[in-house]
Amino acid sequence: MSLLEAHDVSKAFGGIRALEACSIAVEQGSITGLIGPNGSGKTTLFNVMTGYETVDRGDVRFDGKSITNATPDRVFQAGIGRTFQLTRIFPRLTVLENMHVAAQREGIRALLSRWSSSHEQRRALELLDFVGITHLKDLPAANLSYGQKKLLEFAYILIAEPRVILLDEPAGGVNPTMINHLADRIHALNQRGVTFLVVEHNMEFVMGLCDRVMVMHHGSKIAEGSPAEIRQNPAVLEAYLGD
Amino acid sequence: MRTAKIVGLAALLIAFIAFPQVFPNPATTTIAVFTLLYATSTTAWNIFSGYTGYIALGHAAYFGVGAYAMALMCQDWHVLAGYSPFLLLPLTGLVAAAFALPLGWISLRTRKHTFVVITIAMFFIMQLMAFNLRSITNGSTGLSLPIPGEWHGDFFNVPFYYVTLILLLLALGLSWWIRNSKYGLGLLAIRDDEDRALGLGVKTGSSKLIAFVISAFFVGMAGALHAYFVGSIFPAFAFDPLFDVALALMTFLGGLGTLSGPIVGALIVEPAQQFFTMQFSKNGYYLIIYGALFLAIILLLPEGIVPTLSKYWLKWKTARSSTMSAPAPAEVVDQEQLSVRAKDGVKP
Repeated sequence: MSLLEAHDVSKAFGGIRALEACSIAVEQGSITGLIGPNGSGKTTLFNVMTGYETVDRGDVRFDGKSITNATPDRVFQAGIGRTFQLTRIFPRLTVLENMHVAAQREGIRALLSRWSSSHEQRRALELLDFVGITHLKDLPAANLSYGQKKLLEFAYILIAEPRVILLDEPAGGVNPTMINHLADRIHALNQRGVTFLVVEHNMEFVMGLCDRVMVMHHGSKIAEGSPAEIRQNPAVLEAYLGD
Repeated sequence: MRTAKIVGLAALLIAFIAFPQVFPNPATTTIAVFTLLYATSTTAWNIFSGYTGYIALGHAAYFGVGAYAMALMCQDWHVLAGYSPFLLLPLTGLVAAAFALPLGWISLRTRKHTFVVITIAMFFIMQLMAFNLRSITNGSTGLSLPIPGEWHGDFFNVPFYYVTLILLLLALGLSWWIRNSKYGLGLLAIRDDEDRALGLGVKTGSSKLIAFVISAFFVGMAGALHAYFVGSIFPAFAFDPLFDVALALMTFLGGLGTLSGPIVGALIVEPAQQFFTMQFSKNGYYLIIYGALFLAIILLLPEGIVPTLSKYWLKWKTARSSTMSAPAPAEVVDQEQLSVRAKDGVKP
Protein backbone atom coordinates (compact mmCIF):
# COMPACT_ATOMS: atom_id res chain seq x y z
CA MET A 1 0.00 0.00 0.00
CA SER A 2 1.32 3.42 -0.79
CA LEU A 3 1.46 5.71 2.21
CA LEU A 4 2.29 8.98 0.49
CA GLU A 5 1.15 9.78 -3.01
CA ALA A 6 1.39 12.71 -5.39
CA HIS A 7 -0.97 12.35 -8.27
CA ASP A 8 -0.65 14.33 -11.50
CA VAL A 9 0.82 17.34 -9.67
CA SER A 10 1.77 20.47 -11.59
CA LYS A 11 3.40 23.59 -10.26
CA ALA A 12 4.71 26.60 -12.19
CA PHE A 13 6.73 29.58 -10.97
CA GLY A 14 6.01 32.25 -13.56
CA GLY A 15 7.08 30.71 -16.84
CA ILE A 16 9.12 27.93 -15.26
CA ARG A 17 7.22 24.69 -14.90
CA ALA A 18 8.83 23.07 -11.91
CA LEU A 19 6.45 20.13 -11.79
CA GLU A 20 4.65 18.79 -14.83
CA ALA A 21 1.92 16.20 -14.20
CA CYS A 22 4.21 14.47 -11.72
CA SER A 23 3.00 11.31 -10.00
CA ILE A 24 4.89 9.35 -7.37
CA ALA A 25 3.87 6.82 -4.76
CA VAL A 26 5.89 5.97 -1.66
CA GLU A 27 5.23 2.49 -0.30
CA GLN A 28 4.61 2.02 3.40
CA GLY A 29 7.74 0.85 5.18
CA SER A 30 10.08 1.59 2.30
CA ILE A 31 13.16 3.76 1.98
CA THR A 32 12.56 5.43 -1.34
CA GLY A 33 15.20 7.50 -3.09
CA LEU A 34 14.38 10.46 -5.29
CA ILE A 35 17.13 11.48 -7.65
CA GLY A 36 17.44 13.66 -10.70
CA PRO A 37 19.59 16.43 -12.13
CA ASN A 38 19.58 19.90 -10.56
CA GLY A 39 16.36 21.74 -11.30
CA SER A 40 14.39 18.60 -12.03
CA GLY A 41 11.77 19.49 -9.41
CA LYS A 42 12.73 17.29 -6.45
CA THR A 43 12.65 19.99 -3.82
CA THR A 44 9.51 21.54 -5.29
CA LEU A 45 7.83 18.16 -5.03
CA PHE A 46 8.90 18.02 -1.37
CA ASN A 47 7.51 21.49 -0.82
CA VAL A 48 4.08 20.76 -2.30
CA MET A 49 3.86 17.50 -0.37
CA THR A 50 4.65 19.18 2.96
CA GLY A 51 2.51 22.29 2.56
CA TYR A 52 5.28 24.80 1.89
CA GLU A 53 4.00 25.38 -1.66
CA THR A 54 0.53 25.05 -3.13
CA VAL A 55 -0.10 22.97 -6.23
CA ASP A 56 -1.56 24.39 -9.44
CA ARG A 57 -3.15 21.10 -10.34
CA GLY A 58 -3.29 17.53 -9.06
CA ASP A 59 -3.52 16.17 -5.56
CA VAL A 60 -1.41 14.85 -2.70
CA ARG A 61 -2.62 11.98 -0.54
CA PHE A 62 -1.32 10.66 2.74
CA ASP A 63 -2.64 7.37 4.05
CA GLY A 64 -5.59 7.59 1.69
CA LYS A 65 -6.62 11.09 2.77
CA SER A 66 -6.10 14.21 0.69
CA ILE A 67 -3.59 16.69 2.08
CA THR A 68 -3.50 18.80 -1.06
CA ASN A 69 -2.57 22.39 -0.18
CA ALA A 70 -2.80 21.76 3.57
CA THR A 71 -0.72 24.13 5.73
CA PRO A 72 2.70 22.92 6.97
CA ASP A 73 1.49 22.50 10.56
CA ARG A 74 -1.40 20.30 9.45
CA VAL A 75 0.88 18.19 7.30
CA PHE A 76 3.30 17.76 10.17
CA GLN A 77 0.56 16.81 12.59
CA ALA A 78 -0.83 14.33 10.09
CA GLY A 79 2.48 12.47 10.44
CA ILE A 80 4.84 13.75 7.76
CA GLY A 81 8.18 15.12 8.93
CA ARG A 82 10.78 16.73 6.72
CA THR A 83 14.25 18.18 6.77
CA PHE A 84 15.58 20.94 4.54
CA GLN A 85 18.38 21.04 2.04
CA LEU A 86 19.83 23.98 3.95
CA THR A 87 19.36 22.79 7.51
CA ARG A 88 16.78 24.80 9.40
CA ILE A 89 17.20 24.67 13.14
CA PHE A 90 16.48 27.41 15.69
CA PRO A 91 19.95 28.92 16.16
CA ARG A 92 19.37 30.92 19.35
CA LEU A 93 17.56 28.15 21.20
CA THR A 94 19.57 25.45 22.91
CA VAL A 95 19.72 22.00 21.39
CA LEU A 96 17.27 20.70 23.98
CA GLU A 97 14.87 23.60 23.40
CA ASN A 98 15.00 22.84 19.69
CA MET A 99 13.85 19.34 20.47
CA HIS A 100 10.86 20.60 22.43
CA VAL A 101 9.61 22.96 19.72
CA ALA A 102 8.50 20.04 17.61
CA ALA A 103 6.70 18.41 20.53
CA GLN A 104 3.62 20.56 20.25
CA ARG A 105 0.56 19.88 22.32
CA GLU A 106 -3.15 20.27 21.89
CA GLY A 107 -5.23 22.62 24.02
CA ILE A 108 -4.60 25.91 25.79
CA ARG A 109 -3.82 24.47 29.21
CA ALA A 110 -1.14 22.24 27.76
CA LEU A 111 0.42 25.24 26.03
CA LEU A 112 0.61 27.22 29.25
CA SER A 113 2.40 24.54 31.19
CA ARG A 114 6.17 24.23 31.18
CA TRP A 115 7.81 23.40 27.88
CA SER A 116 9.82 20.58 29.34
CA SER A 117 7.39 18.09 30.84
CA SER A 118 9.23 15.09 32.24
CA HIS A 119 7.81 12.74 29.64
CA GLU A 120 8.85 14.98 26.75
CA GLN A 121 12.19 15.63 28.37
CA ARG A 122 12.94 11.92 28.56
CA ARG A 123 11.88 11.45 24.97
CA ALA A 124 14.01 14.40 23.81
CA LEU A 125 17.10 13.09 25.59
CA GLU A 126 16.47 9.62 24.21
CA LEU A 127 16.38 10.95 20.68
CA LEU A 128 19.47 13.12 21.15
CA ASP A 129 21.15 9.99 22.38
CA PHE A 130 19.81 8.11 19.35
CA VAL A 131 21.57 10.51 16.94
CA GLY A 132 24.51 10.92 19.29
CA ILE A 133 24.54 14.60 20.30
CA THR A 134 23.34 14.38 23.92
CA HIS A 135 26.49 16.03 25.25
CA LEU A 136 25.64 19.20 23.29
CA LYS A 137 22.16 19.56 24.73
CA ASP A 138 22.70 22.85 26.58
CA LEU A 139 24.56 24.67 23.81
CA PRO A 140 22.86 27.19 21.54
CA ALA A 141 22.11 25.33 18.32
CA ALA A 142 24.05 27.96 16.36
CA ASN A 143 27.28 26.63 17.91
CA LEU A 144 26.87 23.18 16.35
CA SER A 145 28.86 22.06 13.33
CA TYR A 146 27.11 21.60 10.00
CA GLY A 147 26.77 17.86 10.42
CA GLN A 148 25.56 18.17 14.01
CA LYS A 149 22.88 20.59 12.86
CA LYS A 150 21.69 18.00 10.38
CA LEU A 151 21.51 15.43 13.15
CA LEU A 152 19.60 17.86 15.35
CA GLU A 153 17.07 18.60 12.62
CA PHE A 154 16.69 14.88 12.09
CA ALA A 155 16.23 14.26 15.81
CA TYR A 156 13.66 16.97 16.45
CA ILE A 157 11.29 15.83 13.75
CA LEU A 158 11.43 12.36 15.32
CA ILE A 159 9.95 13.68 18.55
CA ALA A 160 6.55 14.00 16.90
CA GLU A 161 6.80 10.36 15.80
CA PRO A 162 6.10 10.93 12.10
CA ARG A 163 5.06 7.95 9.99
CA VAL A 164 6.96 9.18 6.97
CA ILE A 165 10.08 11.35 6.87
CA LEU A 166 11.18 13.34 3.86
CA LEU A 167 14.90 14.04 3.85
CA ASP A 168 16.21 16.71 1.48
CA GLU A 169 19.90 16.02 0.76
CA PRO A 170 20.78 14.64 4.20
CA ALA A 171 24.32 13.76 3.10
CA GLY A 172 25.15 17.05 1.38
CA GLY A 173 28.33 18.58 2.75
CA VAL A 174 28.67 16.01 5.54
CA ASN A 175 31.82 13.98 6.16
CA PRO A 176 31.81 10.22 5.28
CA THR A 177 31.74 9.02 8.88
CA MET A 178 28.70 11.14 9.55
CA ILE A 179 27.03 9.86 6.36
CA ASN A 180 27.45 6.27 7.52
CA HIS A 181 26.14 7.21 10.94
CA LEU A 182 23.07 8.81 9.35
CA ALA A 183 22.41 5.82 7.06
CA ASP A 184 22.64 3.58 10.10
CA ARG A 185 20.08 5.71 11.98
CA ILE A 186 17.72 5.70 8.99
CA HIS A 187 17.88 1.92 8.81
CA ALA A 188 17.22 1.62 12.53
CA LEU A 189 14.10 3.79 12.28
CA ASN A 190 12.96 2.02 9.14
CA GLN A 191 13.03 -1.25 11.01
CA ARG A 192 10.63 0.28 13.50
CA GLY A 193 8.24 1.04 10.65
CA VAL A 194 9.10 4.60 9.63
CA THR A 195 8.87 5.25 5.89
CA PHE A 196 11.50 7.41 4.21
CA LEU A 197 11.64 9.47 1.05
CA VAL A 198 15.15 10.74 0.42
CA VAL A 199 16.38 13.31 -2.08
CA GLU A 200 20.11 12.96 -2.52
CA HIS A 201 22.87 13.62 -5.05
CA ASN A 202 25.31 11.23 -3.46
CA MET A 203 24.63 8.14 -5.60
CA GLU A 204 26.60 5.79 -3.42
CA PHE A 205 24.51 6.82 -0.43
CA VAL A 206 21.19 6.49 -2.33
CA MET A 207 21.98 3.17 -3.94
CA GLY A 208 23.23 1.71 -0.68
CA LEU A 209 20.36 2.98 1.45
CA CYS A 210 17.20 2.82 -0.63
CA ASP A 211 15.16 -0.17 -1.64
CA ARG A 212 13.40 1.79 -4.39
CA VAL A 213 14.62 4.71 -6.45
CA MET A 214 12.64 7.19 -8.52
CA VAL A 215 14.20 9.47 -11.07
CA MET A 216 12.87 12.91 -11.91
CA HIS A 217 13.62 15.01 -14.95
CA HIS A 218 11.98 18.22 -16.17
CA GLY A 219 9.35 18.11 -13.47
CA SER A 220 8.09 14.58 -13.82
CA LYS A 221 9.08 11.04 -12.97
CA ILE A 222 10.91 9.29 -15.80
CA ALA A 223 11.91 6.03 -14.14
CA GLU A 224 11.36 3.91 -11.06
CA GLY A 225 12.84 0.66 -9.88
CA SER A 226 15.32 -1.04 -7.64
CA PRO A 227 18.77 0.60 -7.40
CA ALA A 228 20.17 -2.04 -9.76
CA GLU A 229 17.48 -1.40 -12.35
CA ILE A 230 17.92 2.35 -12.18
CA ARG A 231 21.66 2.02 -12.70
CA GLN A 232 21.05 0.30 -16.01
CA ASN A 233 18.13 2.42 -17.20
CA PRO A 234 19.12 4.28 -20.41
CA ALA A 235 16.59 7.06 -19.83
CA VAL A 236 18.26 7.87 -16.51
CA LEU A 237 21.70 8.01 -18.05
CA GLU A 238 20.40 10.33 -20.73
CA ALA A 239 18.77 12.62 -18.19
CA TYR A 240 22.06 12.99 -16.31
CA LEU A 241 24.43 13.09 -19.24
CA GLY A 242 22.51 13.87 -22.39
CA ASP A 243 20.15 16.54 -23.72
CA MET B 1 22.93 28.39 43.93
CA ARG B 2 19.15 28.24 43.87
CA THR B 3 18.78 29.61 47.38
CA ALA B 4 21.25 32.40 46.56
CA LYS B 5 19.03 33.36 43.66
CA ILE B 6 15.87 33.38 45.76
CA VAL B 7 17.53 35.41 48.51
CA GLY B 8 18.82 37.89 45.93
CA LEU B 9 15.41 38.31 44.35
CA ALA B 10 13.74 38.71 47.75
CA ALA B 11 16.30 41.39 48.68
CA LEU B 12 15.60 43.22 45.42
CA LEU B 13 11.86 43.05 46.04
CA ILE B 14 12.29 44.43 49.56
CA ALA B 15 14.44 47.23 48.17
CA PHE B 16 11.71 48.14 45.71
CA ILE B 17 9.04 48.03 48.42
CA ALA B 18 11.13 50.10 50.84
CA PHE B 19 12.23 52.68 48.27
CA PRO B 20 9.53 55.37 48.88
CA GLN B 21 10.04 55.05 52.65
CA VAL B 22 13.80 55.52 52.35
CA PHE B 23 13.61 58.29 49.74
CA PRO B 24 10.35 60.12 50.48
CA ASN B 25 11.35 63.24 48.52
CA PRO B 26 8.53 63.81 45.96
CA ALA B 27 11.03 64.69 43.21
CA THR B 28 12.66 61.28 43.67
CA THR B 29 9.44 59.31 43.95
CA THR B 30 8.04 61.02 40.85
CA ILE B 31 11.02 59.76 38.86
CA ALA B 32 10.53 56.35 40.48
CA VAL B 33 6.89 56.17 39.37
CA PHE B 34 7.80 57.11 35.79
CA THR B 35 10.61 54.56 35.83
CA LEU B 36 8.34 51.78 37.03
CA LEU B 37 5.74 52.72 34.41
CA TYR B 38 8.42 52.38 31.74
CA ALA B 39 9.68 49.13 33.24
CA THR B 40 6.13 47.73 33.09
CA SER B 41 5.78 48.85 29.48
CA THR B 42 9.15 47.48 28.37
CA THR B 43 8.46 44.16 30.09
CA ALA B 44 5.10 43.91 28.33
CA TRP B 45 6.54 45.06 25.01
CA ASN B 46 9.28 42.47 25.34
CA ILE B 47 6.69 39.67 25.69
CA PHE B 48 5.73 40.40 22.12
CA SER B 49 8.72 42.05 20.42
CA GLY B 50 11.46 40.38 22.42
CA TYR B 51 10.15 36.84 22.25
CA THR B 52 8.82 36.85 18.68
CA GLY B 53 11.45 39.17 17.18
CA TYR B 54 8.75 41.36 15.62
CA ILE B 55 9.78 44.92 16.46
CA ALA B 56 6.56 46.87 17.05
CA LEU B 57 7.01 50.63 17.07
CA GLY B 58 3.37 51.54 17.56
CA HIS B 59 2.64 50.51 21.12
CA ALA B 60 2.26 54.17 22.07
CA ALA B 61 -1.15 53.77 20.43
CA TYR B 62 -2.21 51.38 23.20
CA PHE B 63 -0.59 53.58 25.84
CA GLY B 64 -2.80 56.41 24.49
CA VAL B 65 -5.91 54.26 24.26
CA GLY B 66 -5.42 53.22 27.89
CA ALA B 67 -4.93 56.84 28.94
CA TYR B 68 -8.06 58.02 27.14
CA ALA B 69 -10.07 55.05 28.39
CA MET B 70 -9.13 56.01 31.95
CA ALA B 71 -9.98 59.67 31.44
CA LEU B 72 -13.31 58.93 29.75
CA MET B 73 -14.38 56.31 32.29
CA CYS B 74 -13.61 58.68 35.17
CA GLN B 75 -15.48 61.45 33.41
CA ASP B 76 -18.56 59.51 32.28
CA TRP B 77 -19.00 57.37 35.35
CA HIS B 78 -18.17 60.25 37.73
CA VAL B 79 -15.45 58.26 39.41
CA LEU B 80 -14.12 60.09 42.44
CA ALA B 81 -10.46 60.74 43.04
CA GLY B 82 -8.69 58.40 45.41
CA TYR B 83 -8.21 54.69 45.14
CA SER B 84 -11.23 53.89 42.95
CA PRO B 85 -9.61 54.89 39.59
CA PHE B 86 -6.99 52.20 40.25
CA LEU B 87 -9.79 49.63 40.14
CA LEU B 88 -10.51 50.70 36.55
CA LEU B 89 -7.03 49.68 35.42
CA PRO B 90 -7.93 46.15 34.24
CA LEU B 91 -10.80 47.64 32.23
CA THR B 92 -8.52 50.18 30.54
CA GLY B 93 -6.16 47.33 29.71
CA LEU B 94 -9.04 45.42 28.15
CA VAL B 95 -9.98 48.45 26.04
CA ALA B 96 -6.38 48.67 24.78
CA ALA B 97 -6.41 44.92 24.10
CA ALA B 98 -9.69 45.29 22.19
CA PHE B 99 -7.97 47.82 19.91
CA ALA B 100 -4.87 45.65 19.61
CA LEU B 101 -6.78 42.60 18.46
CA PRO B 102 -7.89 43.86 15.00
CA LEU B 103 -4.84 46.11 14.52
CA GLY B 104 -2.50 43.26 15.41
CA TRP B 105 -4.38 40.86 13.18
CA ILE B 106 -3.88 43.19 10.22
CA SER B 107 -0.28 44.18 10.90
CA LEU B 108 0.87 40.64 11.66
CA ARG B 109 0.14 39.63 8.10
CA THR B 110 3.45 41.35 7.33
CA ARG B 111 6.95 40.66 8.59
CA LYS B 112 10.22 42.40 9.39
CA HIS B 113 10.57 45.98 8.12
CA THR B 114 7.09 46.08 6.67
CA PHE B 115 5.69 45.17 10.05
CA VAL B 116 7.65 47.98 11.73
CA VAL B 117 6.38 50.52 9.21
CA ILE B 118 2.77 49.36 9.53
CA THR B 119 2.80 49.57 13.32
CA ILE B 120 4.17 53.12 13.07
CA ALA B 121 1.48 54.02 10.54
CA MET B 122 -1.24 52.59 12.79
CA PHE B 123 0.10 54.61 15.67
CA PHE B 124 -0.16 57.86 13.70
CA ILE B 125 -3.70 57.01 12.61
CA MET B 126 -4.65 56.58 16.27
CA GLN B 127 -2.96 59.86 17.18
CA LEU B 128 -4.84 61.66 14.40
CA MET B 129 -8.08 60.19 15.67
CA ALA B 130 -7.35 61.52 19.16
CA PHE B 131 -6.86 64.99 17.67
CA ASN B 132 -9.92 64.88 15.45
CA LEU B 133 -12.65 62.88 17.19
CA ARG B 134 -13.45 65.97 19.25
CA SER B 135 -16.81 64.74 20.52
CA ILE B 136 -15.05 61.90 22.33
CA THR B 137 -11.51 63.09 23.03
CA ASN B 138 -12.10 66.84 23.28
CA GLY B 139 -9.43 67.33 20.58
CA SER B 140 -6.25 69.18 21.40
CA THR B 141 -7.86 70.76 24.46
CA GLY B 142 -7.42 67.39 26.11
CA LEU B 143 -9.17 65.85 29.09
CA SER B 144 -8.51 66.16 32.79
CA LEU B 145 -8.74 63.46 35.38
CA PRO B 146 -9.84 63.58 39.00
CA ILE B 147 -7.05 64.77 41.29
CA PRO B 148 -6.73 63.00 44.64
CA GLY B 149 -6.65 66.14 46.78
CA GLU B 150 -6.54 64.32 50.10
CA TRP B 151 -3.13 62.79 49.30
CA HIS B 152 -0.81 65.47 50.62
CA GLY B 153 2.85 66.19 50.25
CA ASP B 154 5.21 63.26 50.31
CA PHE B 155 2.36 60.77 50.35
CA PHE B 156 0.91 61.82 46.97
CA ASN B 157 3.24 59.64 44.90
CA VAL B 158 3.15 56.64 47.22
CA PRO B 159 -0.12 54.99 46.08
CA PHE B 160 0.95 55.43 42.45
CA TYR B 161 4.33 53.93 43.22
CA TYR B 162 2.89 50.77 44.76
CA VAL B 163 0.17 50.27 42.16
CA THR B 164 2.77 50.59 39.40
CA LEU B 165 5.03 48.17 41.26
CA ILE B 166 2.18 45.64 41.40
CA LEU B 167 1.58 46.14 37.69
CA LEU B 168 5.29 45.59 36.99
CA LEU B 169 5.35 42.43 39.09
CA LEU B 170 2.29 41.09 37.27
CA ALA B 171 3.87 41.81 33.87
CA LEU B 172 7.15 40.27 34.98
CA GLY B 173 5.41 37.19 36.38
CA LEU B 174 3.51 36.71 33.15
CA SER B 175 6.68 37.21 31.12
CA TRP B 176 8.46 34.60 33.26
CA TRP B 177 5.58 32.18 32.92
CA ILE B 178 5.40 32.60 29.15
CA ARG B 179 9.17 32.23 28.84
CA ASN B 180 8.95 28.84 30.55
CA SER B 181 5.81 27.59 28.83
CA LYS B 182 5.35 25.62 25.66
CA TYR B 183 3.60 28.67 24.26
CA GLY B 184 6.65 30.86 24.92
CA LEU B 185 8.99 28.32 23.37
CA GLY B 186 6.83 28.57 20.27
CA LEU B 187 7.26 32.36 20.29
CA LEU B 188 11.05 32.00 20.50
CA ALA B 189 10.94 29.50 17.65
CA ILE B 190 9.02 32.09 15.61
CA ARG B 191 11.80 34.57 16.30
CA ASP B 192 14.43 32.19 14.96
CA ASP B 193 12.60 30.72 11.93
CA GLU B 194 8.89 31.33 11.64
CA ASP B 195 8.21 29.07 8.65
CA ARG B 196 10.10 26.21 10.20
CA ALA B 197 8.16 26.65 13.43
CA LEU B 198 4.89 26.46 11.49
CA GLY B 199 6.18 23.34 9.81
CA LEU B 200 6.68 21.77 13.23
CA GLY B 201 3.12 22.39 14.30
CA VAL B 202 3.52 25.72 16.14
CA LYS B 203 0.37 27.80 15.66
CA THR B 204 2.36 30.82 14.56
CA GLY B 205 -0.54 33.09 13.61
CA SER B 206 -2.51 32.90 16.85
CA SER B 207 0.66 32.76 18.98
CA LYS B 208 1.91 36.08 17.61
CA LEU B 209 -1.48 37.75 17.90
CA ILE B 210 -1.98 36.63 21.52
CA ALA B 211 1.45 37.95 22.50
CA PHE B 212 0.67 41.23 20.74
CA VAL B 213 -2.63 41.61 22.61
CA ILE B 214 -1.06 40.71 25.97
CA SER B 215 1.62 43.36 25.53
CA ALA B 216 -0.99 45.96 24.50
CA PHE B 217 -3.05 45.06 27.59
CA PHE B 218 -0.22 45.97 29.97
CA VAL B 219 0.95 48.99 27.98
CA GLY B 220 -2.67 50.22 28.03
CA MET B 221 -2.79 49.92 31.83
CA ALA B 222 0.54 51.76 32.07
CA GLY B 223 -0.96 54.52 29.92
CA ALA B 224 -4.04 54.73 32.11
CA LEU B 225 -1.97 54.93 35.27
CA HIS B 226 0.27 57.55 33.70
CA ALA B 227 -2.81 59.62 32.81
CA TYR B 228 -4.17 59.45 36.35
CA PHE B 229 -0.75 60.30 37.78
CA VAL B 230 -0.22 63.31 35.54
CA GLY B 231 -3.82 64.47 35.92
CA SER B 232 -4.56 65.55 32.35
CA ILE B 233 -4.04 64.19 28.86
CA PHE B 234 -3.51 65.69 25.42
CA PRO B 235 -3.31 63.83 22.11
CA ALA B 236 0.34 64.77 21.55
CA PHE B 237 1.44 63.42 24.95
CA ALA B 238 -0.86 60.43 25.29
CA PHE B 239 0.09 59.32 21.79
CA ASP B 240 3.80 60.11 21.85
CA PRO B 241 6.06 58.55 19.19
CA LEU B 242 9.04 59.01 21.53
CA PHE B 243 7.41 56.47 23.85
CA ASP B 244 8.06 53.75 21.28
CA VAL B 245 11.60 54.88 20.72
CA ALA B 246 12.15 54.80 24.46
CA LEU B 247 10.68 51.29 24.81
CA ALA B 248 12.89 49.97 22.04
CA LEU B 249 16.04 51.68 23.34
CA MET B 250 15.52 50.54 26.92
CA THR B 251 14.81 46.95 25.90
CA PHE B 252 17.73 46.78 23.48
CA LEU B 253 20.03 48.26 26.11
CA GLY B 254 18.96 45.75 28.76
CA GLY B 255 18.73 42.77 26.42
CA LEU B 256 15.95 42.05 23.93
CA GLY B 257 14.12 38.81 24.60
CA THR B 258 15.54 38.32 28.09
CA LEU B 259 13.39 38.32 31.20
CA SER B 260 15.16 41.01 33.23
CA GLY B 261 16.74 42.98 30.37
CA PRO B 262 13.79 45.30 29.73
CA ILE B 263 13.60 46.23 33.42
CA VAL B 264 17.35 46.81 33.67
CA GLY B 265 17.13 49.06 30.60
CA ALA B 266 14.22 51.03 32.00
CA LEU B 267 15.91 51.40 35.43
CA ILE B 268 18.99 52.88 33.76
CA VAL B 269 17.54 54.99 30.98
CA GLU B 270 14.49 56.61 32.56
CA PRO B 271 16.19 58.03 35.67
CA ALA B 272 19.16 59.09 33.53
CA GLN B 273 16.87 60.86 31.12
CA GLN B 274 14.99 62.62 33.92
CA PHE B 275 18.28 63.61 35.53
CA PHE B 276 19.76 64.99 32.32
CA THR B 277 16.53 66.80 31.53
CA MET B 278 16.59 68.53 34.90
CA GLN B 279 20.31 69.31 34.83
CA PHE B 280 20.83 70.42 31.26
CA SER B 281 17.37 71.06 29.85
CA LYS B 282 17.97 74.80 29.32
CA ASN B 283 20.57 74.40 26.63
CA GLY B 284 19.47 71.06 25.21
CA TYR B 285 22.81 69.44 26.08
CA TYR B 286 20.91 66.54 27.63
CA LEU B 287 19.95 65.29 24.19
CA ILE B 288 23.61 65.18 23.17
CA ILE B 289 24.59 63.33 26.34
CA TYR B 290 21.69 60.96 25.81
CA GLY B 291 22.77 60.27 22.23
CA ALA B 292 26.43 59.80 23.15
CA LEU B 293 25.46 57.33 25.86
CA PHE B 294 23.55 55.26 23.37
CA LEU B 295 26.32 55.31 20.81
CA ALA B 296 28.71 54.04 23.43
CA ILE B 297 26.33 51.28 24.48
CA ILE B 298 25.64 50.14 20.92
CA LEU B 299 29.38 50.04 20.21
CA LEU B 300 30.36 48.28 23.42
CA LEU B 301 27.30 46.18 24.28
CA PRO B 302 25.46 45.45 21.03
CA GLU B 303 23.58 42.51 22.54
CA GLY B 304 22.44 44.38 25.62
CA ILE B 305 23.58 44.36 29.21
CA VAL B 306 21.96 41.16 30.48
CA PRO B 307 23.11 38.81 27.67
CA THR B 308 26.64 40.23 27.78
CA LEU B 309 26.92 39.85 31.53
CA SER B 310 25.49 36.34 31.51
CA LYS B 311 27.99 35.38 28.81
CA TYR B 312 30.88 36.59 30.99
CA TRP B 313 29.35 34.81 33.98
CA LEU B 314 29.12 31.55 32.02
CA LYS B 315 32.71 31.92 30.81
CA TRP B 316 33.92 32.54 34.32
CA LYS B 317 31.94 29.57 35.63
CA THR B 318 33.21 27.13 33.00
CA ALA B 319 36.75 28.40 33.48
CA ARG B 320 36.45 27.78 37.19
CA SER B 321 34.84 24.34 36.87
CA SER B 322 37.34 23.17 34.25
CA THR B 323 40.29 23.97 36.49
CA MET B 324 38.53 22.19 39.32
CA SER B 325 37.24 19.06 37.61
CA ALA B 326 37.00 17.27 34.25
CA PRO B 327 37.62 19.33 31.10
CA ALA B 328 34.00 19.46 29.98
CA PRO B 329 34.22 22.09 27.20
CA ALA B 330 36.90 20.13 25.34
CA GLU B 331 34.25 17.76 24.06
CA VAL B 332 32.51 20.57 22.29
CA VAL B 333 35.56 21.54 20.28
CA ASP B 334 36.15 18.02 19.12
CA GLN B 335 33.52 18.00 16.44
CA GLU B 336 34.81 15.65 13.77
CA GLN B 337 35.44 12.84 16.23
CA LEU B 338 31.98 13.19 17.53
CA SER B 339 30.08 11.13 15.01
CA VAL B 340 32.33 8.13 15.50
CA ARG B 341 32.00 8.19 19.23
CA ALA B 342 28.27 8.72 18.94
CA LYS B 343 27.92 5.70 16.73
CA ASP B 344 29.55 3.43 19.23
CA GLY B 345 27.39 4.57 22.06
CA VAL B 346 23.89 4.36 20.63
CA LYS B 347 21.13 1.89 20.96
CA PRO B 348 18.87 1.71 17.92
